[in-house]
Amino acid sequence: MLQTKNLAFSYDENVCFQFPDFSCQSAENCLLLGQSGSGKTTLLHLLGGMLTPREGSIIVNDQDITKLSAAQLDRFRGQNIGIVFQKSHFVRALNVEENLILAQQLADLRPDKTRIQALLDRLNIGHKLKAKTDTLSIGEQQRVAIARALVNQPTVILADEPTSALDDINCDEVIALLEEEARKVGSTLLVVTHDNRLKEKFLNKILLHSQQTA
Amino acid sequence: MNIFQISWKNIINKPLNATLSLVLFALGVGLISLLFLLNQQIEEKFDKNLAGIDLVIGAKGSPLQLILSSMYHIDAPTGNISLKAARPFLNPNHRLIGMAIPISVGDNYKGHRIVGTSPKILELYDSAQVEQGRIWENVFEVVVGKVVAEKLNLPLGAKFYGSHGLIEDVNLAHDDVEAFEVVGILEGNGSVIDQLILTANQTVWAVHDHEMVEDEAESDTTQHHGHGHIADLSIPLTAYPDKDITSLLIKFKSRNFQTLNMPRSINENTDMQAATPAIEINRIYSMIGDGEEALRYLAFIIIFVSGLSIFISLFSSLRERRYELALMRVMGASPFKLFLLIVLEGIILAFVGYLIGILLSHVGMSVFATQMEETYRYSFSAWSFMKEEAYLLFGALAVGLVAAILPAMQASNTDISTTLSEG
Repeated sequence: MLQTKNLAFSYDENVCFQFPDFSCQSAENCLLLGQSGSGKTTLLHLLGGMLTPREGSIIVNDQDITKLSAAQLDRFRGQNIGIVFQKSHFVRALNVEENLILAQQLADLRPDKTRIQALLDRLNIGHKLKAKTDTLSIGEQQRVAIARALVNQPTVILADEPTSALDDINCDEVIALLEEEARKVGSTLLVVTHDNRLKEKFLNKILLHSQQTA
Repeated sequence: MNIFQISWKNIINKPLNATLSLVLFALGVGLISLLFLLNQQIEEKFDKNLAGIDLVIGAKGSPLQLILSSMYHIDAPTGNISLKAARPFLNPNHRLIGMAIPISVGDNYKGHRIVGTSPKILELYDSAQVEQGRIWENVFEVVVGKVVAEKLNLPLGAKFYGSHGLIEDVNLAHDDVEAFEVVGILEGNGSVIDQLILTANQTVWAVHDHEMVEDEAESDTTQHHGHGHIADLSIPLTAYPDKDITSLLIKFKSRNFQTLNMPRSINENTDMQAATPAIEINRIYSMIGDGEEALRYLAFIIIFVSGLSIFISLFSSLRERRYELALMRVMGASPFKLFLLIVLEGIILAFVGYLIGILLSHVGMSVFATQMEETYRYSFSAWSFMKEEAYLLFGALAVGLVAAILPAMQASNTDISTTLSEG
């Protein structure tokens, strides 16, 4: 599960984001909706342990990640949090399979090629196992990115605008995929977006209008 | 897949960048290693063939030339000296001289010099032994060095004609006199005698006297048959005051004030010159040293530039790779891992560059060795390795490390959030 309390973040002295408290239960899908500039990405980075909040707590799987040391946080993030970014980036020198193996190894988990193959097959890109990532189409890249977020069976999957670049058909498909895969590994899925098409697809919605105080 | 493999894949993913760094690195390392090899082997050759000779006495001219021609057999002699003048030094009871070896050069067989001398010459070169057969006992009998025997295919009993001069020229073959006969083959010991054909001084006279005899034959009805008067090798050379030799190799009984003055006294009071090998060889070293130093600076500059090229290529690749570095951090990589990743790329480049460089230098050395062998009949070994090359490895790795350290620090400081929100 995922829970925040009194979360505040400031890039500098003058601008401070104040985020509403919210929580997502285990194996629950949540939609975090907010307009551009409302601090969506900042919140996602806070939840992913990539930014340190000024105050407040973030509890992932009973662990307050704001209390972890930098090294502990790196390890915790690798093992418990899967992130799908708006744009897919990969280690370009490596092929699809190697990128996924890397995700397992960097999280201190043993490489599991069978799981990787099965995951890619389920996402219909099993045949791209040995392909270099920059030879893939945008849609295929997105699937590989999803596979990478899922490969370590994380507690929480964070998806940052996963559909913003997709047409309606692909949008539906990607969301369905995310939901299905999250359910299969028993993860909490949190989708952060301004994409109104997704409104109807999620029961659990959090509207983000963070208080920006000067 | 460990960090090392990822570094490696990153390098081969950008083959052009890697090639530039590698070529520069290999050039620098190769040049330095080649200089090491050349220097070491040339000094080894010179030192080995110094053979404890204290003084060389020969005709006036360049002392270096005298040394090179009489000891190293790589230059033309300065001329001849008469035995009348050399006689005092050949006196076995000389107060200062322990050993005096007469040298007569002037002929060759297929580029290998035929040297008229005394069997005592073998003592100079680590007491080289006759491996097969025996030492010469008559004129026209020769003992060949190991390399000569193998390369020119001269087994015991083989006969051949020498040719006049010190370089190979079939038109100058002495085929009008008796053929030389191989009666002995020396064991190989890596010194210059491996490359020589040794015989008695009298043989050299016999070859050349014959020419004079032939010239005179028409006017002289009492034609010489054989070389009766010089064919008896038991008669000491000093019995022929009107004959010439090329030079004398001198070894003192012990070095003292008198031996120190001997060269000056010879140079001032006789028509001959005395040259001290140690002094002349040091002159060669210092001449080689100047050129070598210049080349060495050049090599260090190349290595510096190659280090710079590694630095620049890593730094510019960081720009392209900042997302994937941030991504690796998200996936759980510690900053130190990213540091290691980049440092390893620098070190791998340096190491591979080093390997190529060492390969280049040894290939270069083998080309040089072939050339030296053709020109000077000296053999060099191209594939022996030195401990300096191991030091060079540490130097190379250090350059790779230093070149990579700044980019690596930059990589380890990657700010995940800022980088990823950029795009």
